Amino acid sequence: MNASAVVIAVLVAAALAVTLGVALGWAAARIEPDADSLVERIDALLPQTQCGQCQYPGCRPYAAAIASGAAEIDRCPPGGEVTVRALAALLDRAPRALDPAFGAPKPAQVAWVDEAKCIGCARCLPACPVDAIVGAPRQMHTVITLQCTGCELCLPPCPVDCIELRPAPAVSRRYRQPRAA
Amino acid sequence: MAARSTFPAGLVLDAHKQQACGTPIIELPLPTHVVLALDQGTGYSAEPVVAVGDAVATGTLVARADHPYASAVHAPLAGIVVAIETREAAAQGGRSVCIVIEGDGSDRIDASLRPVTDPASLSPEELVQRMRDAGIAGLGGAGFPTSSKLASARDLGAQTLILNGAECEPWICCDDALMRSAADDVVLGALILRRAAGAVRCVIAIEDDKPAAIAAVTGAIERLRDDALTLVVVPAVYPQGAERQLITAVAGVEVPSGGLPADAGVVCQNVATAAAVARWATRGEPMLSRVVTVTGSGVWHPGNVRAPIGTPLAALIAASGGYRGTPLRLIAGGSMTGRALPSDEVGLTKAMNCVLVATRDDIGSRLGAVELPCIRCGDCASACPAGLLPQQLLRAALADAHDTLRQLGVRDCIDCGLCDYVCPSQIPLADRFRDARRRLNETEAMVKKAADARERHDLHKHRLQEAATAEQQAFASVRDRARRRDDDSAGDTN
Repeated sequence: MNASAVVIAVLVAAALAVTLGVALGWAAARIEPDADSLVERIDALLPQTQCGQCQYPGCRPYAAAIASGAAEIDRCPPGGEVTVRALAALLDRAPRALDPAFGAPKPAQVAWVDEAKCIGCARCLPACPVDAIVGAPRQMHTVITLQCTGCELCLPPCPVDCIELRPAPAVSRRYRQPRAA
Repeated sequence: MAARSTFPAGLVLDAHKQQACGTPIIELPLPTHVVLALDQGTGYSAEPVVAVGDAVATGTLVARADHPYASAVHAPLAGIVVAIETREAAAQGGRSVCIVIEGDGSDRIDASLRPVTDPASLSPEELVQRMRDAGIAGLGGAGFPTSSKLASARDLGAQTLILNGAECEPWICCDDALMRSAADDVVLGALILRRAAGAVRCVIAIEDDKPAAIAAVTGAIERLRDDALTLVVVPAVYPQGAERQLITAVAGVEVPSGGLPADAGVVCQNVATAAAVARWATRGEPMLSRVVTVTGSGVWHPGNVRAPIGTPLAALIAASGGYRGTPLRLIAGGSMTGRALPSDEVGLTKAMNCVLVATRDDIGSRLGAVELPCIRCGDCASACPAGLLPQQLLRAALADAHDTLRQLGVRDCIDCGLCDYVCPSQIPLADRFRDARRRLNETEAMVKKAADARERHDLHKHRLQEAATAEQQAFASVRDRARRRDDDSAGDTN
């Protein structure tokens, strides 16, 4: 082996290192990491009740907070343990119990308007995050059961407390097998 | 063990048919009351059109079918509606709203009933609509409304009508008895159904263990002389009578996964449904009765009974000599796919082809069996007529692995129960798969609902945003106008 071969090899390696270093440095500065797609993927796992129990104004803001590391994955009671496990798997973190500070999981529920008490004030209409309440000022209001997410956000604005939450209708009436413990 | 077969896998089972098949069909006298379930077995209910206290005549419509999967229900006897309430029933989930009619012993017949004088004069669309009004539903065990099946077959251009006379499940022989005693009705109904479905051919398929039925239907076809109506004899292998397996056996094509028989150019109807269509066409009678097998070691005289829909099962069992010994289970359907019933007060439904009063001798070997771990013997996979891998499905079902379940084809399971039957570890596989399908459907419904909610929430935010912007603009324009006015009046004073 002669000296020139060694020199050439060292020069080639050095040139490669410099080129790749510059390219990577440029890419890191210019190409943004794709935060949106991570937020989208987290958002897709959330139950979309838009209830705000996580203290964020909707599921997508909470997804953004998880993606940026501002919030933990244990703040979503409507999604329950299933959602926490799915989030943990997506983000490669250890699953954890729900944080009771943000509420406890409940069975699926839907809002129901007591039409005898409703005065038609229309205050619940903008509160509903999915526009599932039909009504107009001084007209009867009612809830579209199939679209209600059971978020309870229509309860505080109602001046006569005529909205209550009832168990959601079963998706399927078919035979249910008791699960082994 | 498996004999020559025209669909993959399957099994020859002990038929247990001789018990009920020896005697002719008994006509049950009208019961004192009937319990008409509004869900006749499909999971979708008809809407009542009578009220408690109303008088009804034989054939009066009592519940109309709004949903395409529900079938209209008619009063099978004259009397008074005494209750409309939720009761235990042979329906999905074990309960259904039921209309109870107390008979008054008269033979008043609803004035609106009239025979179809010439089915050939009606267009196929009219035929389908009038069958729907008459509450004609599949009598083979699923109770699916015939009209919905025929309409979709016509839309998809099915060319072949297969009449299912295979009746492969152990214990059941009501179709066999019907074909022996009313083959002409079956053949006449076949012609009407063929016209309504827009098919050009009709094939009647009968299993080779029913020689008397084959002879009777052959005779009826010969009397009719119609070249596009033929009989094929298929081997008696369970589940030969399952729709997809029968189509593979008769037409040599496979119904695509997730598709309908009409996608393979075929529509299937049961022979008993054809006979009911003939009764409707010749007598104007809506679906008021059916032939049902009452059998098992738990009754004294097993046999086939023609009984009004809604007859309490206790009356059917009394007509078969009453309970014998200590029956363990009352099963609607046969020993493979039947469902245990909560009591003998439930009414006969259109979907119920058999009432099996089973003792320990009939089903005892599986009762109280301890489920052992899967030993991966693979017997289930070689028995599965749908070509699935039950042991893989079981792992996925226990893990709730929905993607894997879908990939392995859990929705192609036909619920025949053969995997349970052959499993040496006595694992209730078919039950597990049924439950897995339900959970899969529920999860998919939830995912869809979440996607809808997200879209509606985005639109909601957009709408609020637009309203806020519009309000701001309105405010700004009012403010600008006020400022201009102030400026102008300031100019005047100067």
